[in-house]
Amino acid sequence: MKLHEFLPVVSQAVGRVGPNDWVVLSTRVRLARNLRSNLFPDRAKKNDRIRVCGIIRREVEALPQMAGGFAESMESLSAFEKQTLVERHLISREHAMRGAGSALVLSKDTSLSVMINEEDHLRMQSLKPGMQLQEAWVAIDEVDTALSKTLDFAFSDEFGYLTACPTNVGTGIRVSAMLHLPGLVLSEQINRVIQAANELGLAVRGLYGEGTEALGNLFQVSNQRTLGQKEEEIIERVGKVVNNIIENEKNARGLLLQNNPKMVYNHIGRAYGILANAHSISSKETMNLLSLFRLGFDLGFFPGVQRSFIDELFMVTQPAHLQARFAGKLSAEERDIRRADMLREAFRNVERPSMPSDPASSLDKT
Amino acid sequence: MICKQREARVHLTQIDQGKIKKVDLCEQCAKEKGVDDPTGYALADLLLNLGAPTESTRSTSTVTSCKSCGLTATDFKKSGRLGCPDCYAAFKEILSGLLESMHRGTRHIGKRPGAGRPPVVASDQLTLLQQQLAEAIAVENYEEAARIRDRIKSLKSADGRVLSA
Ligand SMILES: [Zn+2]
Ligand SMILES: [Zn+2]
Repeated sequence: MKLHEFLPVVSQAVGRVGPNDWVVLSTRVRLARNLRSNLFPDRAKKNDRIRVCGIIRREVEALPQMAGGFAESMESLSAFEKQTLVERHLISREHAMRGAGSALVLSKDTSLSVMINEEDHLRMQSLKPGMQLQEAWVAIDEVDTALSKTLDFAFSDEFGYLTACPTNVGTGIRVSAMLHLPGLVLSEQINRVIQAANELGLAVRGLYGEGTEALGNLFQVSNQRTLGQKEEEIIERVGKVVNNIIENEKNARGLLLQNNPKMVYNHIGRAYGILANAHSISSKETMNLLSLFRLGFDLGFFPGVQRSFIDELFMVTQPAHLQARFAGKLSAEERDIRRADMLREAFRNVERPSMPSDPASSLDKT
Repeated sequence: MICKQREARVHLTQIDQGKIKKVDLCEQCAKEKGVDDPTGYALADLLLNLGAPTESTRSTSTVTSCKSCGLTATDFKKSGRLGCPDCYAAFKEILSGLLESMHRGTRHIGKRPGAGRPPVVASDQLTLLQQQLAEAIAVENYEEAARIRDRIKSLKSADGRVLSA
């Protein structure tokens, strides 16, 4: 089966809902594992990588969780397919650059993704919509436990699971949440929040770009430390910080509407105007405007719209997804025109924003 | 910017021990250093890369390379990546200071692989069994030797498949 026949259509992929998904687009728990007595992928020769990949792939494919899933060697996937997987957050950019001796296994619903021979022999992730760190951990913990019965993981009593990069050693866990934070960016509080999270040992990065320049006001919060703490403690810590950021975002939106509603209305109104009427628009501008549109939706200004409609636009305006709609390679200029065409078409039935007379009332909807 | 040739597009910020560290990289440098994937990256690697050795890495270690994979201490300091699981024992001295600054402790207290004896990768198990076979024959324990021979046979027929011990 080809990847594109396997992947759920975008509307279905983004239509999944989860707790607090007005801020938390998705949560993810990833584990790094390696096989004992085998060189790490970047040190191993191609033949060894292929051998290790074969051993692991067989065991991963045999998992009951992977029934009806998708497995493919990275060399058999086209650059375009790999980019699509990156845009869907199913593989890392690093894995997309790999070829022979690396592979990917996806569960049927794509919530589980196992990268074989990325930086480590195994990088397995569970991706859930909304705030579901605990659920994501349980799912990937089960996969890891099952695999540890057939694969001999490199483990030391002192250092725990041994990884190619010492930043991942110990639990090998990376717990992360993808957050939409337009309120904190518009109120210029985002740097304070990032700093506070940093002080707690968490990294906050723009999903595309950084700081106030983060495209689409999308941020990823994740743990940096993996050794000397239990998995549950790390998850709890990330969860606490994320819940705290959710509260901060809520308050920021409330204050903005209270103190400066015209500024908020202006941003959202203009975003609507451009998205619905542009004839050429870059991916960067699109993301920033869609973020404001999403904020407008959260505030109840677009009653006829579904959140999945917005999240679908976030995805289908990305380069590989855009290309998929228009067979053949597009130049950057052509892409900007096609993107605008697609947005105008999508916005044909989206009514102009209706700003309430009492701005504060719209907050209850979130 | 590292190469100072192209426009910096990847900007990284991290608070490390109360100090803000900022690194700007062009796309190419970022890719070379493997930092374009925000999930798999930590600034510590990069700082190692930039030739800013920490106290612990400066202290000269007697171990210069890993016997299992040939990685040298210099290779490690350059790339921030280890070559194989045995590197952790080989570079323990260099690592201990590094791990202390990166993590919350230097000892693992989390999950462990399945209880009891860990399963063994087929190829390693084969070596182990062949060793046991030689030993059994040496002490003329033919019953045991026959049992081991059977296990070797079944292991070989499994064509490199991973078995639980
Ligand atoms: Zn550069
Ligand atoms: Zn080594």
